[in-house]
Amino acid sequence: MNWLADFFGDAAHWSGPDGIPVRLLEHLEFSAAAFLVAALIAVPLGLLIGHTGRGALLVVVAANAARALPTLGLLVLVVLLAGVGTVLPVLIPLIVLAVPPILVNTYEGVRGVDADLRDAAYGMGLRGRQVLFQTLTPVALPLILLGLRLAAIQVVSTATVAAFVGLGGLGRFIIDGLATKTYADVIGGAVLVAALALAVQFAFVLLDRVVVSPGVRQVR
Amino acid sequence: MTEEPLVRWDWIARNWANGGPTAISALLENHVVMAFLPVLFGLVVALPLGLACVRWRWLYQPTVALMNVTYSLPSLVLFSIFLSITGLTRSTVVIPLTFFALAVLIPAVVDGLASVPDPVRQSAVAMGFRPVRRLLRVELPVAVPVVLAGLRVATVSSISLVSVGALIGQGGLGNLFIDGWQRQFYTPIVVGIVLIVVLAVLADGLLVLAQRLLTPWSRARRTA
Amino acid sequence: MITFEDVTKRYRDGTVAVDDLSMEVPTGAITVFVGPSGCGKTTSLRMINRMIDATSGRITLDGQDVREIDPATLRRGIGYVIQQAGLFPHRKIVDNVATVPYLLGWNKKKARARAMELLELVGLDPGLARRYPFQLSGGQQQRVGVARALAADPPVLLMDEPFSAVDPIVRASLQDELLRLQSELRKTIVFVTHDIDEAVKLGDTVAVLRVGGRLAQMAGPATLLTEPADDFVREFLGRDRGIRRLSFISAKEVRLSPAPSDLETDENGGPLGWRTADGLAAYGTFNPETDSLRVALDAALLSPNGTAVAVDEEGRVRGVAGRDAIDELLAEYAPPAAGPARGGASGSGGGSSSGAGDSEGAPA
Repeated sequence: MNWLADFFGDAAHWSGPDGIPVRLLEHLEFSAAAFLVAALIAVPLGLLIGHTGRGALLVVVAANAARALPTLGLLVLVVLLAGVGTVLPVLIPLIVLAVPPILVNTYEGVRGVDADLRDAAYGMGLRGRQVLFQTLTPVALPLILLGLRLAAIQVVSTATVAAFVGLGGLGRFIIDGLATKTYADVIGGAVLVAALALAVQFAFVLLDRVVVSPGVRQVR
Repeated sequence: MTEEPLVRWDWIARNWANGGPTAISALLENHVVMAFLPVLFGLVVALPLGLACVRWRWLYQPTVALMNVTYSLPSLVLFSIFLSITGLTRSTVVIPLTFFALAVLIPAVVDGLASVPDPVRQSAVAMGFRPVRRLLRVELPVAVPVVLAGLRVATVSSISLVSVGALIGQGGLGNLFIDGWQRQFYTPIVVGIVLIVVLAVLADGLLVLAQRLLTPWSRARRTA
Repeated sequence: MITFEDVTKRYRDGTVAVDDLSMEVPTGAITVFVGPSGCGKTTSLRMINRMIDATSGRITLDGQDVREIDPATLRRGIGYVIQQAGLFPHRKIVDNVATVPYLLGWNKKKARARAMELLELVGLDPGLARRYPFQLSGGQQQRVGVARALAADPPVLLMDEPFSAVDPIVRASLQDELLRLQSELRKTIVFVTHDIDEAVKLGDTVAVLRVGGRLAQMAGPATLLTEPADDFVREFLGRDRGIRRLSFISAKEVRLSPAPSDLETDENGGPLGWRTADGLAAYGTFNPETDSLRVALDAALLSPNGTAVAVDEEGRVRGVAGRDAIDELLAEYAPPAAGPARGGASGSGGGSSSGAGDSEGAPA
């Protein structure tokens, strides 16, 4: 607890380029950028594969690869290969690791829609695209959101580790603190990241309340 | 840097078993221990806890909520927090990873027991099984596929997450990443990634095999 | 009118679901496809709205080959009701019913007004309109399914085992409701079921299909019960065919006698029971205007003296019919004497149906 008081009580931690507000903003910026790109790739792809049933193998491979691939190794390798100094290479592993959870859950969500419902939708005279967007997507929404939530948390987490390869953000407190054995900074940074992760989690719970139809939420 | 090949085989040969603590074989051994202990501890704790959640339903919601929160915390955050309690030791990695394993395994145990069809449970009761015997002879065996599916996820995640521990000096093969980064040297990084993935695939395969052997009555179920 | 001309459906693995089916589905009537599982009844139905396309042959709707019509356009003009209703869980009931009107580009207000109209038509409380499907019982969901199919007032309605997932009491009320609706709407309905009793109850025409997708017999239900084409149809129809056939004979022609004095009535003229030494005994009633001969016979069998009580719509006694009066009518409707001998033992045997056997018996 002393460490926390040391960290948060230090006025120097609240201003300047190394201050908490700047680091938090950086963290949010990288995370949001990586998350958005990942979502833009994975949601349409997941919908398409789920709807057509073609390319399911890709989903399985992505799911397993994402779990087995070591985050730190991937970060270090990509940044070394691409050259240190710019932000862009760091974003690549962030995106790569965020795609699978979205892809898998979107796919599973669409696939898992009751066959009778699909049948009824076509039988009413909805066309392929209308079936996808008016029936499958709204019903699969809870799972799509779950995938997005897991990806967002993954991104926040990976962005923390990415401080090791030079990315800014809250991870800096932890990594620099470890290097200089300033444990107050390590703990303080950890608490900040934890709070951010929980805030993201909470934001998605709220989002779920707003965008998922009560008719669908109750079924699950 | 441009001529540096991705893999220098001679480096691997020289460092596979050089007797020191940084030999690849030593790191591998270390990695296996640190990855499997959390899963083992997790299973030992998750079974009784999962059973308790099934017996007393009110326990389930708070437990799952707590596990969800834990799961959403980055591994590095938990390592950092435990650093202040357990110092720069293996426990600082193993304990947080045990929590991650629990977050996967408790729901798996609960879902597994919930997957026992009610008629099966009812007929076991009707035939005169007492609760403990019914649990051991009927419910747990039927729950095995779901629990094993959770075990696969927990094991593979654990193997991959150990490497983050390298940032606090306890990362098994993850130390190769730090080494490679500091020396701007690809080979250790590639070796680390490959070995971790191979380890994960191997462990996953063994668990699939275990499921086939343990539940000969069910065709291997599809688990993503 | 819907016609099937030499329609065959063969799947890629070689199984033949429908084999050279030719038939005409009359306009404005209920045609039931019935048969055991694997007889191709659902496939035949789904070929009409092109959920499945035939391998060969053609299906026409009012003279036009359905294969020449864009599937989505075709389906918007044909109502479709399936087993679990298939309601969209994310939409409120009113919007579920308005699905096709929305697709057809109606404005929201008009589509919803139409949906409310339909909910009332199928006997649902308009208060349910704002609910989601999961908040409704199975029977209510199925009614919504029917309302949804009727929303754009399509001339044709396809119903694929719509009532088979609900309990028998709800099923009976849904069937009655469908018949009531049909008496008002006069749609061309194709109805698939595996339940022969449902087929006989609902169908103006019943097409019995056999495994392998061949048409075994197509006839009105009364004819089907009296003159099954072969052993397969006879067996499929099951026992008590003679008795069941009475459902299709109106009780209107039963000769009524004045009510005897031992029939006690209340102040409104409703029956109370037969006076006997031990007090009032049970009685059975039928309404000659609306009930069938089967109900009349049943009513007679429920009274200790074998006399059925005829009542009018308000339940007032109009007269009585003894077993002799009922028997006169039974004799009149005895099946034709010609045709192959298939007396009392109707397929699966019917020792209990000796009474009906008499009316059917006349060996060739």
